[in-house]
Amino acid sequence: MTGTVDESALIAALRTGDDAVFAQLVDQYSPSMLRIARGYVKSHESAEDVVQDVWIGVVKGIAKFEGRSTIRTWLFAVLVKIAKARAIRERRDAEHAVAVFTGRTVDPARFRPAGDQLPGHWKEPPAPFPQTPEGSMLDKELIAIAEREIQRLPEIQRIVVSLRDMLGFDSNEVCELLSISKANQRVLLHRGRAAVRQELEDYLGDR
Amino acid sequence: MSRAAMDCNELVELVTAYLDGSLSSETRARFDEHLLGCDGCENYLEQFRVTIATIGKVKDEQLDPVFRARLLEAFRDWR
Repeated sequence: MTGTVDESALIAALRTGDDAVFAQLVDQYSPSMLRIARGYVKSHESAEDVVQDVWIGVVKGIAKFEGRSTIRTWLFAVLVKIAKARAIRERRDAEHAVAVFTGRTVDPARFRPAGDQLPGHWKEPPAPFPQTPEGSMLDKELIAIAEREIQRLPEIQRIVVSLRDMLGFDSNEVCELLSISKANQRVLLHRGRAAVRQELEDYLGDR
Repeated sequence: MSRAAMDCNELVELVTAYLDGSLSSETRARFDEHLLGCDGCENYLEQFRVTIATIGKVKDEQLDPVFRARLLEAFRDWR
């Protein structure tokens, strides 16, 4: 993501208190900010308070913003900080203790056991997912299933998957935003994606 | 020294690292080698790609108008 050049006009407008530019940024970023905030705090109302605090913090701090990061990276850095502080007040585990996962992301029963001719290989190979034209009924169904499964993921996985695959942050940005190692980021992302993949496969297999 | 062939149950745990380009060159070579001979894993990788693309199509909800108005008001007050 680049755009620091294009954004200098936006920053300048914010500094002069331009309503229209503020509204544009609010519309562009608040929905995804709410989604991420919701991973930290108890309720939708709480998430709205967090997002409001972020915007207030941002407009107050706009004079100091040097444009070294994009507006988006800056917003989400402030968001994570405020959401974590709020989570601590709500006595939620803001650090999302990143467990060391030893579990597998695919049911071990799907692979041939030790002692088999081909141990560790698929018993029944996965079938390709069907083509789903953009906007088709099936495409919409799969998107809805993915969204539902993302909501069910453990919080930190949900946050990582949302940042990476919905909002398009790269792995370095996510590690920095969440203060997690690259290896942890990868494990969390992989587990989240694998859980969604399994739901899609179950759905497609049952049709 | 010949390196061990990769099994399907190992490959499935490495897909995100593979797609991110963070596998060591040796592991990547074993991954690619396995894929060449395994339709099941090729399908699995493709399913994973479709999954990621599907997640990318999830849309955020529209902002609640009352909340939006609250944010814009806060900005006006500050200005």
